[in-house]
Amino acid sequence: MTEIPKEEFILKCTSACAGCSSSLSLRYVLKAAGPETVLVIPACCTSVIQGVYPRTALRVPVYNIAFAAAAACASGMSASYQKKGMKMNVIVYAGDGGTVDIGLQALSGAFERETHFLHICYDNEAYGNTGMQRSGSTPLGAITSTTPSGKIHPKKDIDQIVEAHRPPYMATACSAYPLDLFQKVKTALSIEGSKFIHLLSPCPPGWRYPTEKSIEVGKLAVKTGAWILWEREHGSLRISGPSRAAMKTPLPLEEYLKIQGRFQAITLEQVQELQHSITRTMERIRCELEKPCT
Amino acid sequence: MYEIRIHSRGGQGGVTAARLLADAAFRGGKYATASPFYGAERRGAPVVDFVRINDRPIRIYSQIEHPDLVVVLDPSIMDAVDILQGLKKGGSIVINSPKPLEIPRHPVFHVDLTGIAIAQNLVVAGSPVLDTPLLGALAKMGFVSLDAALAAIRDMFSDERNIKAAEIAFRELNL
Amino acid sequence: MHLIATGNKGVAEAVLQAQPDVVAAYPITPQTEIVEQIAAFISEKRLDCQYIPVESEHSAMAACIGASATGARTFTATSSHGLLYMHEMLHWAAGARVPVVMANVNRALGPGWNVWAEHTDAFSQRDTGWLQVFASTVQEVYDTMLMAFRIAEDEKVLLPMMVNLDGFSLSHTMQPMEKIETGTFIPPFSLPHAIDTLHPVAYGPLTGPDEYFRFRADMERSMRSSRLVIRDTEAEFARLFGRTYRETEEYQVEDADVLLVAMGTFGKEAEVAVDKLRKEGIKAGSLRVRWFRPFPRLDLAGRDIVVIDRGYSFGFGGVLSMSIRATSRAEPYSVIAGLGGQEVTYHDMADFVRDRKPGKEYWFGVKDDV
Repeated sequence: MTEIPKEEFILKCTSACAGCSSSLSLRYVLKAAGPETVLVIPACCTSVIQGVYPRTALRVPVYNIAFAAAAACASGMSASYQKKGMKMNVIVYAGDGGTVDIGLQALSGAFERETHFLHICYDNEAYGNTGMQRSGSTPLGAITSTTPSGKIHPKKDIDQIVEAHRPPYMATACSAYPLDLFQKVKTALSIEGSKFIHLLSPCPPGWRYPTEKSIEVGKLAVKTGAWILWEREHGSLRISGPSRAAMKTPLPLEEYLKIQGRFQAITLEQVQELQHSITRTMERIRCELEKPCT
Repeated sequence: MYEIRIHSRGGQGGVTAARLLADAAFRGGKYATASPFYGAERRGAPVVDFVRINDRPIRIYSQIEHPDLVVVLDPSIMDAVDILQGLKKGGSIVINSPKPLEIPRHPVFHVDLTGIAIAQNLVVAGSPVLDTPLLGALAKMGFVSLDAALAAIRDMFSDERNIKAAEIAFRELNL
Repeated sequence: MHLIATGNKGVAEAVLQAQPDVVAAYPITPQTEIVEQIAAFISEKRLDCQYIPVESEHSAMAACIGASATGARTFTATSSHGLLYMHEMLHWAAGARVPVVMANVNRALGPGWNVWAEHTDAFSQRDTGWLQVFASTVQEVYDTMLMAFRIAEDEKVLLPMMVNLDGFSLSHTMQPMEKIETGTFIPPFSLPHAIDTLHPVAYGPLTGPDEYFRFRADMERSMRSSRLVIRDTEAEFARLFGRTYRETEEYQVEDADVLLVAMGTFGKEAEVAVDKLRKEGIKAGSLRVRWFRPFPRLDLAGRDIVVIDRGYSFGFGGVLSMSIRATSRAEPYSVIAGLGGQEVTYHDMADFVRDRKPGKEYWFGVKDDV
């Protein structure tokens, strides 16, 4: 079994919400990355979680930057470290807004230029820091403060967008599976170029479930197939352990939806559409794994 | 101060000609500026470039209103543009043409820059190069020395055919 | 070494000598030649520098900020809409106290599309905390660019700096220029608050009003001390290289009854208008404002002032004219001219002086009253 370092890089004084899974994940990200790391944070929950000046809850340098600018800022840092000949983990830790919406242009540019950095999108499927407004990453049917009767558009498929840039490494992860996340961050940081980890981060206030259920909700996302854990290294796809069983016999999607208040207004048609989307994704994955694919 | 206006079509080398002329004048110990007038024009549209040559630093950036000399790289432009506009009384005209041309009250000097370029096989992307032979012709007019003109050309282009063309134009311009 | 060069080439030659570690830039007319020339220097191995061909100006400035934060010397160039697209990050760069150096080729803003000179792009960045200077000749562009690295990176300043040059009329005009051996004039860059993993801190986290306020006051303190750094740097430049620059360039000012005040290339051509007026017996002088931020303190008492403004603040007035009114208690005749590359000759400028009406505003070339 993989040894997780005992050393902590996130102190017990964050201003995260109770039950916050993104700060839990950040703990494992930093354990995997170690001290030679610069964290780039656009506007997102982590802007708050890291603490208020002059204190910081993080034991690595944190560079806060404007919402749209994280991947570009990381590009500058990465170029500078390359010029200096220094090895440094430059990691963007951005929410879904700073990745799939306002941050997408900079992200695409950085990946096209094969910038040496790791972009982690911790996805709580809404603008959490401003009080849960819809984002491009909000799933169909979910209630947010700007979709009070449920979102009518499906979730943007950022993975396919990033994949179109042919990065050397990309993966999905879920904060309910910290070991899986730890290993994926380790792998990503061992590879040259632009890497992407898409991390599902259940959010108690936003998804409307009791604070102690973050892990349970995350596990249900994976077990129902609503979130599939995989990694793609130099193009080749591998399903991660926790998702292998779910790919064979997924739990009913309703198990995942009913535990969250945000889906209370979802229609039967929308549930079916979500289910179809999961089935299609699984088929695509199976098809790719059982090459040749037609 | 001596003020020169160059008429050409976009892509014919008017900008380069202006830069070369200013460079050659500067090599001859003068102050010079070359200011292309950039419009939204693309290849083939009529364009103008300005060159000022002076003994003292030049502080003027606005366009030349009353040139001492007008250069016409493409005679067909004269159907579209009044090349005489603002030209000083008795001001000269240098025109790229195999035949002599009469323009009342102005001395006109002709030189077949197109023919010279083609004879030297000095053709880039299908267009004969007019800017470097023009510099030879202008050297004959006495704005710059031939040595300075050739030095300016050599600094910008490594192809010796440019030098050859400038030398031929220098010989062929009939004063 | 003497050569003949465009304003854009002047920028690039100075950047080559300043040896930045990171250049991040996005092309835009009429700045494009600068980034092309720098890319050529790198490909010819004359410049050892990381060039980031970003996908937007917003990212250009963000990348410069990221690089500078690690202690790298950084440069970018833009113009017009590119500068506007950077606006958010311009504030960020100044607030983060990273001394990014930028060349801005002044160009009008759409709509309609217009690629010619105007100062509104730079004036719109007035309150970002950037030092701003306007050049009037190719030589001045080159010299000022060299000084920019030294001024911005000075520990007493540590604010980003923008060198402005008029689109086409200076960026694309060729003039003689002397290249100098800079020696140790630009010292190596060392950022006191550079990112250091041995001393991890958070840069720009949530900051309460009291602390935030203190940071802003620090910015103004540095902006004020930049006046001294600018003066010393310009004096040192004059001592070493023989060319003198000040906050303003004065021409025939001493006995002048009326002063033409302008920026950029207009400020240089105004000297020719002064010569013309003097021949007619009008005691005119010209004052070219070089520094826009920090704005110079001018003593203009007892003279008529004619300000030519290449940028306008709608609902307020000519930007330069209002700045002069605010800092010198003068009542200038405010001429709005040259927007969108409008042709303004020294004859026109002489007319402005002859027809001056102190305290009034005049839009050159507009038939009806504005």
